[in-house]
Amino acid sequence: MLSKAAPRHAERPVLRDPLWVRWSLTALALGFLALFVLLPLLTVFAEALRQGFAPYFEALAEPDALSAIRLTLLVAAIAVPANLAFGVAAAWAITKFEFSGKSFLITLIDLPFSVSPVISGMVYVLLFGLHGWFGPWLRAHDLQVVFAVPGLVLATMFVTFPFVARELIPLMQSQGTEEEEAAASLGAGGWQIFWRVTLPNIRWGLLYGVLLCNARAMGEFGAVSVVSGHIRGQTNTMPLHVEILYNEYNFVAAFAVASLLALLALVTLAAKSVLEWRWGEDVSGRGH
Amino acid sequence: MSGAGANVCNRVSLASALTVLQERAQRGATRENRGMHVRYSVLPGFGPTLGLTLTWLSLIVLLPLAALAIHAAGLGWSGFWHEVLTPRVLAAFRVSFTTAFAAALINLVFGLLVAWVLVRYRFPGQRLVDALVDLPFALPTAVAGIALSSLYATNGWIGAILAGWGIKVAFTPLGIVMALTFVGLPFVVRTVEPVLQDLPAEEEEAAMSLGASRWQTFSRVILPALAPALLTGFALAFARGLGEYGSVIFIAGNMPGISEIVPLLIIIKLEQFNYHGATAIGTMMLMLSFVLLLVINLLQSWMRTRHHAQ
Repeated sequence: MLSKAAPRHAERPVLRDPLWVRWSLTALALGFLALFVLLPLLTVFAEALRQGFAPYFEALAEPDALSAIRLTLLVAAIAVPANLAFGVAAAWAITKFEFSGKSFLITLIDLPFSVSPVISGMVYVLLFGLHGWFGPWLRAHDLQVVFAVPGLVLATMFVTFPFVARELIPLMQSQGTEEEEAAASLGAGGWQIFWRVTLPNIRWGLLYGVLLCNARAMGEFGAVSVVSGHIRGQTNTMPLHVEILYNEYNFVAAFAVASLLALLALVTLAAKSVLEWRWGEDVSGRGH
Repeated sequence: MSGAGANVCNRVSLASALTVLQERAQRGATRENRGMHVRYSVLPGFGPTLGLTLTWLSLIVLLPLAALAIHAAGLGWSGFWHEVLTPRVLAAFRVSFTTAFAAALINLVFGLLVAWVLVRYRFPGQRLVDALVDLPFALPTAVAGIALSSLYATNGWIGAILAGWGIKVAFTPLGIVMALTFVGLPFVVRTVEPVLQDLPAEEEEAAMSLGASRWQTFSRVILPALAPALLTGFALAFARGLGEYGSVIFIAGNMPGISEIVPLLIIIKLEQFNYHGATAIGTMMLMLSFVLLLVINLLQSWMRTRHHAQ
């Protein structure tokens, strides 16, 4: 690429903005980020620890909070591996083979990104709710999807559907198929090719996709809010528990649970940044 | 080390396998002539992986969305509009549109500023700042919602200052704009950044050597080159803002007609078991998102052709 060979803009004296411009623009940008991004993050921890550490840990040890944490982990433990398997299969089919309708398929996989979370949850209510298509059948067989764990898992799977696939597709596209074809011509089977040739090449990109998928799965609010029914201790994930506590004016407890989610976001960001800095090209597929 | 070893192995086997590959490719060509849609490949697993992809896609995404469309069709033309054309629904659409538009506009300006500073300047802590830009993607929306709500409440850190000037943010449409600005920021920054990075320096140098001022170079050379990326980022932020729920409801106050957004109205209808109303509004939203998706795809292909033309 042209820019790779050419020196950076910043290093060309003619294109250097005057010092006062650089300083004031940088200050303005940092000020904006501090006000709009950093301050909300700090608020979470400040409010959570407003009354010290004892009420903070008390709020986290509460049975309803613990059951919300357990449920969130359970939902993510089902939704993330499911979408991981799907993402790998989709990326394999799309990047290793040529077939018609490919770009349409990619658009369909991306679709959940453009659907409002509320609608993502609502479609399952229309399918499995009491008045939904399968509602009477489910009721006759004493099964419950909506307002129960299966509904939470389905809604979470819907919103996190594209994450792994959309990380892997550009990456595997950029790596081509030569190495796999060589392995195949030497007699390797499908699984062998995947485990020994493809997986080592895509592991960091895969991890990246799983991280983002997991963060969204644990933090999803709108979609699960519709299908959960908000039954305390039973169908409340962590974000839903935060909402209930906040609406009860139990601010310290609400922000205590929220702080765990914020920590998860920070860990995800840190891991993501490390992956980008150390294995930038192996993660994004750019620069190949 | 083992990775490097495997790589060398791959290269060696690649060379030795080339002849085999060529033979197979020739066989593949004859197969293609027999009218297959799939070009022949030596790699296994096409059937199972594509089958799994299509099944999973249909079950999790397409079937549920089809259920919504069929429900909506069941309402009939007049029934559909009867649900949508009520003052409360129209007001919610107006609130959602204006706040999402205003937030996307703020992000257009400040997103460009942040991208510019991150790409063109060097300052200490830059990597940290760069990572911070992605926080709105990573932070669960409910957490952002209660944090912003506390921040802008009249006794909050920012809210108290603004209250002194007589400006009320929390529980007004202005609060919705603040929340949507938060969630939309990374879209503009991350769309503009790579394009700004790859802008050829020669064009700017040419403009300046012809006597253009720094501002003229920016507005006549740089800004037009960034226009597709800026518009794409704007559209992405706007689309996200329209559908956003979690970060908004805590700060909005949710007054029907004033600060009630469309996603919330859908939830209210569902809680009242008014599935017809929820279906009609949801379908409107879905159609709007599809139109926006189409626009974004067109913008992106415009961006790519621009990019390659350089």
